[in-house]
Amino acid sequence: MQTPAEYSMFLALILFVIGLIGLLVRRNVLFMLISVEIMLNAAGLAFVSAGAKWMQPDGQVAFIFILAVAAAEVSVALALVLQLFKTYKTLDTDSTNSLKD
Amino acid sequence: MEVLFYIASVIAIASSVMTITRAHAVHALIYMVVSLLSVAVVFYLLGAPFVAALEVIIYAGAIMVLFIFVVMILNMGSAVEQERKLLKPGMWIIPAVLSLILLVEFLYVFLMMDIGLVNHEPVTPKAVGTSLFSKYLLGVEITALLLMAGIVGAYHLGKREKKVVHRFLKEEGETE
Amino acid sequence: MMTLLWLIPALPLAGFLMLAIGGTKLPRLVAGIIGVGSVGLAAFLSLAIGVVFITAPPVGDVFVQHLWTWIDIGHFQPSVAFRLDSLSLVFVFVVTFVGFLIHLYSLEFMKEDEGFSRFFAWMNLFVCSMLILVLADNLLLLYLGWEGVGLCSFLLIGFWYKDSSNGAAAQKAFIITRIGDAALAIGLFLLFWEVQTLNIDEILENAPAILSRNDNVILAIGLLLLVGAVGKSAQLPLQTWLPDAMAGPSPVSALIHAATMVTAGVYLLSRMHVVFELSPLVMQTIAVIGAATLLVAGLSALAQRDIKRVLAYSTISQVGYMFLALGVGAWSAAVFHFMIHAFFKALLFLGAGAVIASLHHEHDMFKMGGLRKQLPVTFLTFLIASASLAALPIITAGFYSKDQILWFSWSSELGSPWLWFTGLLGAFITAVYTFRMVFLTFFGEARQQVTHTPGWKIKVPLVILGFLSLCGGFIELPHTLGNLHLFSGFTERTLPGVQVSEAAASSEWILQLVAALAAVGGVGVAYWAFFRKPDNALQVQESTWAGFLLRGWNFDRLYATVFVNPVVWLSGINKNDFINRIYDGIGRLASMVHKMLSRTQNGKIRWYAMGIVIGAVLTLTIVILL
Repeated sequence: MQTPAEYSMFLALILFVIGLIGLLVRRNVLFMLISVEIMLNAAGLAFVSAGAKWMQPDGQVAFIFILAVAAAEVSVALALVLQLFKTYKTLDTDSTNSLKD
Repeated sequence: MEVLFYIASVIAIASSVMTITRAHAVHALIYMVVSLLSVAVVFYLLGAPFVAALEVIIYAGAIMVLFIFVVMILNMGSAVEQERKLLKPGMWIIPAVLSLILLVEFLYVFLMMDIGLVNHEPVTPKAVGTSLFSKYLLGVEITALLLMAGIVGAYHLGKREKKVVHRFLKEEGETE
Repeated sequence: MMTLLWLIPALPLAGFLMLAIGGTKLPRLVAGIIGVGSVGLAAFLSLAIGVVFITAPPVGDVFVQHLWTWIDIGHFQPSVAFRLDSLSLVFVFVVTFVGFLIHLYSLEFMKEDEGFSRFFAWMNLFVCSMLILVLADNLLLLYLGWEGVGLCSFLLIGFWYKDSSNGAAAQKAFIITRIGDAALAIGLFLLFWEVQTLNIDEILENAPAILSRNDNVILAIGLLLLVGAVGKSAQLPLQTWLPDAMAGPSPVSALIHAATMVTAGVYLLSRMHVVFELSPLVMQTIAVIGAATLLVAGLSALAQRDIKRVLAYSTISQVGYMFLALGVGAWSAAVFHFMIHAFFKALLFLGAGAVIASLHHEHDMFKMGGLRKQLPVTFLTFLIASASLAALPIITAGFYSKDQILWFSWSSELGSPWLWFTGLLGAFITAVYTFRMVFLTFFGEARQQVTHTPGWKIKVPLVILGFLSLCGGFIELPHTLGNLHLFSGFTERTLPGVQVSEAAASSEWILQLVAALAAVGGVGVAYWAFFRKPDNALQVQESTWAGFLLRGWNFDRLYATVFVNPVVWLSGINKNDFINRIYDGIGRLASMVHKMLSRTQNGKIRWYAMGIVIGAVLTLTIVILL
């Protein structure tokens, strides 16, 4: 395992950017959440690779925390998505713009 | 063994791209699972077996399943046509451009630091556990609180007042 | 007893304060007792003090009661002090006594009204201000009373404030009298500048010496004080407010716009007689204004439909007589006419109020008629007062006072036959319009039935005033009829007598005969024109010259064109001038920026996410490049 440390960082960056593109393009709120998950995953990868480089457990610890946070966030977010669907009968975020000025 | 790394990363990138371009929600989720699995391989290659296991179990196994449940409840099969219509090619340009710029900048910043080849020795779960419960103990407790809040919030928000009583959002994430 | 002088204005003031603070919480009976009682006590006190003053007059015929020094700057020390002499005693007596009768009348007239205590509060304030005006020791305190009566007039004209036309009438009155007040103030400034004091005693003493050095100053001061008097007394050219002031309740019209406030100008002119006597030109102006006014107003009264407007124009006309008397130097005659006029004019207004109330607030005389049998007491007293107004010979008090004025306008050194002739013509016209009013209202067929007759609180003041309108004149009989000079003897302790030119002195009885004939002739004309042929009245009313007279010689239209419309146009321009545009522009700029910025809040999540990304990109760019 002689991969240079920065390669996994590059991977993380690319995944992050892909998640970002997905967030900006998709209108369905579920897909936006999925994109957010991709981004979180990429961030975790960045942490772990940094920890691996310095050979310390802190990276993995951070990843565990990120995982916990992602889990909690997903559960609440999906509950909100269900409420949104119940109210607006659609998951299109462009039509749920009643907070506009 | 570096080949393994490249293969896994290619698969990860490809499946992520497929994830965000699908019209059908379940398809996207399946591709996402693939992406997560390949990232788990990368973790393993980085010398973090414990985290790889966690990635598979929790991320791919619980969170994605949660997504799939919700998609099933929302019954989004009929929205596929609408999704296809919304995904015009022209919509991808600006986000792609912006994200590309971001990527370039990240790379630039990252490359300014010189990092050499290093030996990856695996970081054992024991070390992780020790660190978690000595140095990051407070974080663990707070994470527990957060998860509790997540449970309560999800229950309350997902509650249906009228007919069906069953709770469908169970809190699965936990720490070891 | 004389030291109780300060109580005379203080009692109504106390009444005002009590009613203003707690009036709405008090039961009507108590509020009424406070309102009427304060003025009643003041009347009783003024009677008592008057008796003492007449029987045991103080030194120099003046009593001054100094209360406290108001302002103390250098050699300017006006004080709150009350000065009683024969002139102010007459005014005090009339104000308190007639005021008391009117307050008693109002107890019944206003008993249904929801603003009962407010009414009495302001009436009390008015009586207090008027008393301060006539009892003032210095011109600054007089000006305080002057402003006070103006304020109360405004408040009481617009008493029924829920109808906005009443408020407009009140505003009109206030603004026009304000013109006079401003002139008066400038006149006081000029007077102080020259004579270095505003104290009345000192002015009377020192003014002739100081002012006669400079003719222009006298002219200026005299004219300015005259404009002040003209404004308050509704003379030409500031007379347009008084007919519209009839929008107030009838007791208000009786007290303020007949008996007292409009005579404040007469008081001012007679008090400052020293200043006016120094300038014959100003005296002539006063006389001419009086003469012109009495003619213009008298002719206007001929064509009015509203009974109160007839009385309003009549008041303007009669105050014109007073000004005529003042202008020819007949100071006592003017004051005598003031007193008698207060009696019969108040009676006329109170009677008109009783008629209006009995007919459910019907003001148009052409819709009245035949009230002679239905309201006997009102009719009788009204008839007495009308006879007094028309100056029917010998039996009425009005004859003696008006006759004196006519005599002096012929015979005084400052008089002239033209002035006498105008007065005579005015007397004739007065008789015509007065009895036109009587015939239209009380005789003929009854066009409306009376719903309720007035009670004792209305009848008693009417009867008392009726008695005074008949007998009040007997204290001053001319040479030819008895030569009794009780009144002028009294007032001439303060005011100078008339300089009668020798040549004219012998023809007094001829002039009296002519005046008597004019009055009786006027009644006859009214009888023939309006009683014998009642349809005639309506025909006359419809003609074009009647329309001109109805609108008071179109003064309102003239003022609207010359003054009001240009000012309104100018302020319309000023509303949008460039300074306003700057401020408006700032506002509009802020609003535009707001609209632009609020377009960024379109409620779409993707848009916001895009914003975050752009921000991150920009920040990183800046960090990298720097």
